[in-house]
Amino acid sequence: MIIAFTLVLLFAASDLPYRGEASNQMNQEVSMTGTKVPGNYYIQEAYNDAHTPNIVTVILGDYRSIDTLGEQIVIFTAGLIVFLLLRNRKEGEDDDE
Amino acid sequence: MTNRSPSPIILLGTRFLSPYIMVFGFYVIFHGHYSPGGGFQGGTLLAASLLLIRIASGTKIASLQFKDYLATPYAALGVVIYFGTGLVAMIMGGYFLDYEQLPIPGLEAADLRYWGILIIELGIGLTVMTVLTLIYDNMVKGEDYA
Repeated sequence: MIIAFTLVLLFAASDLPYRGEASNQMNQEVSMTGTKVPGNYYIQEAYNDAHTPNIVTVILGDYRSIDTLGEQIVIFTAGLIVFLLLRNRKEGEDDDE
Repeated sequence: MTNRSPSPIILLGTRFLSPYIMVFGFYVIFHGHYSPGGGFQGGTLLAASLLLIRIASGTKIASLQFKDYLATPYAALGVVIYFGTGLVAMIMGGYFLDYEQLPIPGLEAADLRYWGILIIELGIGLTVMTVLTLIYDNMVKGEDYA
């Protein structure tokens, strides 16, 4: 079954376009349906918008900053849950809950 | 495990190693504008330097470095730094998290975005560092030897 699945994946991968080719659909400025591709804008305008050479930092911190705020709140919530679960473990034995 | 005293070699080794890991964590946060890195990765490195001291020398000595009851307020402070940056930008007339409207005088719009990204990365790093320390402190509470 693993061999069969590998064959299916190899067959699917043999049809993919080469990475970084300029004529790929994902590297075009305008997508198939006529809208603009945001990744193209980020690559062209990230340095002019934020004077930051690292495009990934600009995307995470500026264009997609609400998503990063959500990630930070997820981490904060995980910490709070661990704090609330493990805080009273010693005294919890004589609690009548 | 509970009654074993820590080896002096491990104590000296971790005390030697921990400040360098902390400096590298700050480097990863502040150099995230030019190289791979940022708040999450740098905060994890800062937490690693704190946890190394905590594992090697026990909670009592490590609480001289970072008190365990300070972890939750600092984690909340990191979230407040991020959220407050967005809120200040919104109050000053832009969108939420639109760093162009931050009230820092003498900077053009692109440089304001530069500093805004740095401020939120600091908030993220503070939260990640304190949350990882908080998780370790709560897991070993009452079970470590020192």
